[in-house]
Amino acid sequence: MFSYYLDLALRSLRRNKALTALMVVAIALGIGASMTMLTVLHVLSGDPLPGKSQTLFYPQLDPRDKADYEAGAEPPRQVTWIDGMNLLRARRADRQALMTGGAVPIQPAQSSVDPFFSDARYTTADFFPMFDTPFRYGRGWSEADDDARSRVVVITSELNDKLFGGRDSTGQILRMKDTAFRIIGVLGDWRPNPHFYDLNMGDYSGLESVFLPLSVSRDLHLPLNGSRNCWGDGGSDEAHFETASCVWLQFWVQINEPAKVADYRNFLVRYSQEQQALGRFQRSPNVRLSGLMQWLDVNKVVPSDVRLQTWLALGFLLVCLVNTVGLMLAKFLRRSGELGVRRALGASRQAVFGQLLVESAVIGLAGGVFGLLLAFVGLWLVRRQPSDYAALAHMDLTMLAATFAAAIAASLCAGLLPAWRACQITPALQLKSQ
Amino acid sequence: MDILPILSTLRRHKVTAFLVILEIALTCAIVCNAVFLIIQRVDRIHMPSGVAEHELVQIQLADTGAKADEYARAQEDLAALRQIPGVTQVASVRQVPFGMSSNNAGIRLDPDQNKPTLDAATYFGENVIDAFGTRLVAGRNLRPDDYRRLDMVAEGVRTKNLKLFPNTVVITRAVGERLWPGQDPLGRTLYLGKAPLQVVGVLAELVRPQIEDDSAALFSLVIPIQLGGGQYVIRSAPGDRERVLKAALEKLRQNDPHRIVVQKRTMDELRESFFQNDRAMAGLLIGVCVALLVVTALGIVGLGSFWVAQRRRMIGVRRALGATRHDILHYFQTENFLLATIGIAFGMVLAYGINLFLMLHYELPRLPAVYFPIGAVVLWLIGQIAVLGPALRAAAVPPVVATRSV
Repeated sequence: MFSYYLDLALRSLRRNKALTALMVVAIALGIGASMTMLTVLHVLSGDPLPGKSQTLFYPQLDPRDKADYEAGAEPPRQVTWIDGMNLLRARRADRQALMTGGAVPIQPAQSSVDPFFSDARYTTADFFPMFDTPFRYGRGWSEADDDARSRVVVITSELNDKLFGGRDSTGQILRMKDTAFRIIGVLGDWRPNPHFYDLNMGDYSGLESVFLPLSVSRDLHLPLNGSRNCWGDGGSDEAHFETASCVWLQFWVQINEPAKVADYRNFLVRYSQEQQALGRFQRSPNVRLSGLMQWLDVNKVVPSDVRLQTWLALGFLLVCLVNTVGLMLAKFLRRSGELGVRRALGASRQAVFGQLLVESAVIGLAGGVFGLLLAFVGLWLVRRQPSDYAALAHMDLTMLAATFAAAIAASLCAGLLPAWRACQITPALQLKSQ
Repeated sequence: MDILPILSTLRRHKVTAFLVILEIALTCAIVCNAVFLIIQRVDRIHMPSGVAEHELVQIQLADTGAKADEYARAQEDLAALRQIPGVTQVASVRQVPFGMSSNNAGIRLDPDQNKPTLDAATYFGENVIDAFGTRLVAGRNLRPDDYRRLDMVAEGVRTKNLKLFPNTVVITRAVGERLWPGQDPLGRTLYLGKAPLQVVGVLAELVRPQIEDDSAALFSLVIPIQLGGGQYVIRSAPGDRERVLKAALEKLRQNDPHRIVVQKRTMDELRESFFQNDRAMAGLLIGVCVALLVVTALGIVGLGSFWVAQRRRMIGVRRALGATRHDILHYFQTENFLLATIGIAFGMVLAYGINLFLMLHYELPRLPAVYFPIGAVVLWLIGQIAVLGPALRAAAVPPVVATRSV
């Protein structure tokens, strides 16, 4: 039966090529535009560390003075050196890392490569196991290295390719700001999107090229990058940031068991109370502990322009669908005569309905194929845009399947009303007017 | 032309008529809002900066090793840059308009005030006002004796010694109007933290390096602080910029070869990259508007053709009864006009609703009323153009059709 309906559908579609083309184009445009934007949205709101993100949390404390106090306001989005170090040493979570961004001048040993500046991350040992960073060669440093202020560095494979031609460079010396660092690890392919652990560097910025111990960066006064917020007499220079009343570091914890999350939150409250008793904190405890994905939401990581574009694309799809409903209705009703004959010859209403739905599904499939092509063109156009997320806009298998499902669902929806109207035809009336 | 027969015909095609109306309404609503967004983006792209944009280049350097006396080196750099033929002004800066990276400060009218009155970008550096080419509308420029060194100011912050701070400031007109509405800001005092600064000059405009809120885009201060870091703005005739930039890089390299050029760009490039997302968004919106109008027009053509085919006999009968071709043409045009009008009416309501939604979620202003008549005219025109083809075909139906059975 299905193949017969398919045959009927193809014949009917061939009979009226212009109208068929119009319907296919309308569905394809709508699907193409909305799938392009939904893919961008899907990529941008994705999980940077699938499988791991639910164990990662970002604590916030409120160490500020009484000025500008507003009850219930969000605490600062970073921590001070003192609080960061206290929380790090308390070791109340399964893993914890304190970090900040910076830039270092790299002085390659080869005279053929000019010195250049490179983004850097100054962090503590747990960064690598906590974020599950893959290593091509070597490994990260240990807590002992943090404490001993060892001049060690982990570099990305990109930098390794540039400086060492991709060879295993562990044990080699890398000179940065007139200081010799020993390379102990080369990262494998890793580009978490968004750049979740420090959103001040640009939400979708690429990975830093070098990673070195936070303690060493402070010893050498390496330049800092990112956002800093100071209060009271805070606005000091970078050299005195350890004691300044400024937040400039990010602190992440890993808590493996969901039951222990509340414990950690209580610990943060107790810590704030202690600090208040010591007179360091002036505000009553105001702590937050967001999960990784929640932290991305708090920071509104997905650009509002992308959300707006998605709404726009969905609106466009709606117009295209209304258009298709109208055209299908016109087409089906025009065939009243033919349908009347089929009904009179014994086809049930359901059979006619099914036949018409098959016809609209064929249109949907064709629209889906063209829509998919348009979505690829659309994503190519998005990638040519200058935004920092542009390069990420690629179709994946989920979205590919979703595109077809959406196209067929959309055209079936569009076919429902016309098919229903068309099977209401009274056969006798149609036969009479012939 | 009598509208009543058209209405009674439409009543027999309720669903199809409704779909046309719905499509026109949706298109009208989306296009009105999209055009509004486009115009806002275009306005934003053309935001005034207050500086001589076509005459400026920015160079930023960073030390590769330990640095020598930065302040002495900055003076040497400035002197060397000034000697380049074609250079009219040179400034040491820490941030530039549209440069993205910005130092901001909360401004208070009273040092004990809880919340700052406003947040402004703070421009430091020597000769900033002349080099940027911003217009001083009142008061005076900063003088050499106003200046303090940045390391001394930082020392002052640490030791809470207010004497190490500068005492004067030049503000933009926008800052003056916000701090002291309707009054002359000259000679008044504002506070940066606890440090009092006396307003000695007022600039027409000076845009911030980073704009979070468009209404605060011109909130900038120029504070007389001498810098040691290697970032310079050089002003020359627009045609000389390329050559001046090259010569400047050479001079700076001679002064201290242990530096890397981190940034070298013209102010035009800065504006270009600052607004690139707005430009991309405006382009995308234009694309969607055109696509929407085309799809709607094609839908009208499709449905129009169907109606004409369906009513061939009726048209034939009317022609046989004496209706002219012109009457038939007019009939379909009026029908489309009617449908479009109803669609536009619904579309306006919907446009208003979408605008309310956008105002709630995307901090957009209210849709100005002027968009409604413009949107209406556009859709009427599209409708009439789209229906012309089918209507002409209808007008070509010969009266003899009436005598045949279809």
